[in-house]
Amino acid sequence: MFARIALLVLRKDVAIEVRSREILYTTLFFAVSCVLVFAFALVREGQVAEDVPAGILWIAIAFAGTLALGRTFERERYGETIRALLLAPAPRSAIFVGKMLGVVALLVVAEVLLVPIVALMFDAGGLFARPILFAGLLAAGTIGFSAVGTLFAAMLMRSRTRDVLLPILLYPITVPVIIAGVRGTAALLQPAPDEAMAEMWLGILVSFDIVFVTLALWTFEPLMTE
Amino acid sequence: MEIGIQDSGQPMRRIFGPIFVVTAAMFAAAPYLIANAPYESTMGLVQKIFYFHVPSWFAMFTGVFVAGIYGAIFLFRGDPKADRVASSAAEIAVLFGLMGLVTGPLWGRKSWGVWWQWDAHLTMALLVELIFIGYLIVRKYGGLGSEKLSAAVAIFGMANIPFVYLSANIWRTLHPPTSVVPTLPSAMGGPFWFCVAAFMLLFAVLFMLRLQLENQRAALDALYLEEE
Repeated sequence: MFARIALLVLRKDVAIEVRSREILYTTLFFAVSCVLVFAFALVREGQVAEDVPAGILWIAIAFAGTLALGRTFERERYGETIRALLLAPAPRSAIFVGKMLGVVALLVVAEVLLVPIVALMFDAGGLFARPILFAGLLAAGTIGFSAVGTLFAAMLMRSRTRDVLLPILLYPITVPVIIAGVRGTAALLQPAPDEAMAEMWLGILVSFDIVFVTLALWTFEPLMTE
Repeated sequence: MEIGIQDSGQPMRRIFGPIFVVTAAMFAAAPYLIANAPYESTMGLVQKIFYFHVPSWFAMFTGVFVAGIYGAIFLFRGDPKADRVASSAAEIAVLFGLMGLVTGPLWGRKSWGVWWQWDAHLTMALLVELIFIGYLIVRKYGGLGSEKLSAAVAIFGMANIPFVYLSANIWRTLHPPTSVVPTLPSAMGGPFWFCVAAFMLLFAVLFMLRLQLENQRAALDALYLEEE
């Protein structure tokens, strides 16, 4: 029942997105612009410092994620569909999981594009040296970021100042995700990939996910009750 | 006319006077105790800032935990009293956090040679401060339903502390380890714990004042509603 509702909400979001592709295209283009802006700031004489590609990748994911989160809920607000969604005789936490999976799906698509671009532009072929570990880092980081982000974006729907409040609240709280993601990725990008280090950061990311997904599921119901 | 909110403030008002006097006396005595404490062997005079720097973090984290726990109580029970406690505590936490963030770099400049270092304690303190400034911004500009929103910020901010600490700690570290506090020589430990007690009392004084203000604001709102 729970999983079915979550999947239905996800399917609804995917169906809308497949038809309009509005959030997907804007998010992707924004992510690529981010990479370019950072490239102009950080590339010197055609070379980047050792850890820079990892940093650029994760910053682009975080920025694009914020944009996607805002747009996803703006659509619900604009169509006044969030009320209908919350009135549905379904556990609120299932609705949360559905919305969160939608954001995760969007970010995964963005990452599929971003990773090769970063690898290509910054000569960071090391990203593909340990594909499973790297994919794990990306997945765990994306889930943690989306869990906190979906909760805050949903709450902020009622607020007039939601556009500016979302990043203000989201970035300080998701700093552990950024640190762990960047450090884990940088460990893999070294000339001799440091797998133990990357695994340790992956462990931190997974524990962050467990704690914050639980917290979000626990608080979503009272938060969304008027 | 009976307003329940004011009644609940009575016991608090009775203990406020004595606590205020004790706090004032302790802060008056603190400089003498600190001046008489022995000089730390490597850092010398500048180490004395430690007696105010560390206690302000103690007070800040007390505020953070009070805000987080009462935020959760407000969220799940809907009790507006809990919200008033949480928001008062959060505001004072930000105040003590600013104190820590000002005294820290002053000390760091002299003992490490740099104003700021991205070590675990500093990073954690800065982020917790940012999260709770976010809390205050949400309350001020969040509009309708910002009480619930801020409660969630407090809960998430509190849960975030171990993660920030852990990740920043692995990332890099330079700060004197936390284990230095229990192993302080008693000549330094005495004044230190005295200052901690003084700061905690200061926290209590400010917190009671702030809560009283919040209670009166709520009472005023209730009176307005009754008039209409």
